[in-house]
Amino acid sequence: MFRNQYDTDVTTWSPTGRLFQVEYAMEAVKQGSAAIGLRSRSHVVLASVNKAQSELSSHQRKIFKVDDHIGVAIAGLTADGRVLSRYMRSESINHSFTYESPLPVGRLVVRLADKAQQVCTQRSWKRPYGVGLLVGGLDESGAHLYYNCPSGNYFEYQAFAIGSRSQAAKTYLERRFESFNESSREDLIKDAILAIRETLQGETLKSSLCTVSVLGVDEPFHFLDQESIQKVIDTFEKVPEEEEDGGEAEAEAAAAPTEQGGAGDQDVAPMEM
Amino acid sequence: MFLLPVSFSINADYFFLQFTIPIDNGDSVKNAEADSQRTLYPYVTGTSIVAIKYKDGVLMASDMGGSYGSTLRYKNIERMKAIGKHSLLGASGEISDFQEILRYLDELVLNDNMWDDGNSLGPKEVHNYLTRVMYNRRNKFNPLWNTLVLGGVKNGESYLGMVSMIGVSFEDNHVATGFGNHLARPILRDEWHADLSFEDGVKLLEKCMRVLLYRDRSAINKLQIAKITEEGVTVSQPYSLKTFWEFKAFNNPTAGAEGSW
Repeated sequence: MFRNQYDTDVTTWSPTGRLFQVEYAMEAVKQGSAAIGLRSRSHVVLASVNKAQSELSSHQRKIFKVDDHIGVAIAGLTADGRVLSRYMRSESINHSFTYESPLPVGRLVVRLADKAQQVCTQRSWKRPYGVGLLVGGLDESGAHLYYNCPSGNYFEYQAFAIGSRSQAAKTYLERRFESFNESSREDLIKDAILAIRETLQGETLKSSLCTVSVLGVDEPFHFLDQESIQKVIDTFEKVPEEEEDGGEAEAEAAAAPTEQGGAGDQDVAPMEM
Repeated sequence: MFLLPVSFSINADYFFLQFTIPIDNGDSVKNAEADSQRTLYPYVTGTSIVAIKYKDGVLMASDMGGSYGSTLRYKNIERMKAIGKHSLLGASGEISDFQEILRYLDELVLNDNMWDDGNSLGPKEVHNYLTRVMYNRRNKFNPLWNTLVLGGVKNGESYLGMVSMIGVSFEDNHVATGFGNHLARPILRDEWHADLSFEDGVKLLEKCMRVLLYRDRSAINKLQIAKITEEGVTVSQPYSLKTFWEFKAFNNPTAGAEGSW
């Protein structure tokens, strides 16, 4: 994608039928650090890589609780992500107040896509939100995972990864996703952490580098503490050399053709994480 | 509302003063014209509703009368209606307000169906929605003059609740409105138990309705019983209860006092 005369305005079509501003917004998502979501029949796990501006600062929060039964992980402009999380919390709490029952995730996602995201692609005085959201939640029809795009599109997934070097995670998830529906909660968490490891490309996986959250039937949304995450990491990191090497080699091979967006984190603009 | 002080003839400086005390909120307002826009009294009213949970769901009974003050004017009013797939609403009080509520719920159910996504409004959601509506109207001093009974079954769980015209709302195993509170609930407190069979439930309701028929002057002997279970709602055809009037004291009521009635 190169600069052209049709990309100044979000309300300008290109002759080939594209809205470039919206596509540029989707590029912003690819710049953010990775976020991963997976679901089984009864649980949803959301995980993200902790990125800090510098060694001196704390890392940015990328996973938010929307309600006891809904959580969201973001990638891209985190400020935009926080605003949308606030919108989602508001919708959820208003529904709970009027109907005394949890807002079905599917309906929240549609409202988010239509009212918040799509509108911004059709007003000349607005700009698209530069953030992709992985919305995980539970309702009457079971556990769901959705991905909301800056364009206002949304898709349902068994497992998905967004952000920089997410392709590595997606490759890992593609190999394993068929078993996720029947996975136990513990296996699901382990798979999420393993997928995070794929995006780190050789960096040793430590619990301080990732944030993991779980929600499920009879389990309201909550974050896992560092200890629990480290315990899961220990179950596979302490394994003999061969397995670790094999894993790393795969990660490198898969990471090679990834988007150049993830190349140098130093090149990432300060507002994007 | 006017407070007219006596004008003092002694001192001509005092003028004729008028006080109107405004009720200061947006809707209920400061002049007489707007007053006629809000509900002050009910006109056509339905009497009690009695409802109980039983083994397979909820049973609700009501008569079909609509009173215009003390006249039993309308004798074919259905005061119980199905809402969506899972709920049954019964109302006592102003009939036109009940019809208005049915219109609100119709829209609610319609929008819920339009989502077409496998989720549906259960009795708990409808009950809470109604509580919000009733309470908000009460806050504007323009109530919907009804006491509503909401029963339903969803995913095997029975639900029975009530909302009054001032927004008081609660759930229970058996509820009654109007006169039913005074005449039926004592019977229910003694004789209701969990897992009543359908026949026992109907017998219990008929017992309550019979007492109401004898003692409530706005009750008529034409009632319906509605049943809601996991399968859905059925409202029975109207029928009447057998009554007994052959008490000795009724046969010659003026026996002890000739000339009286």
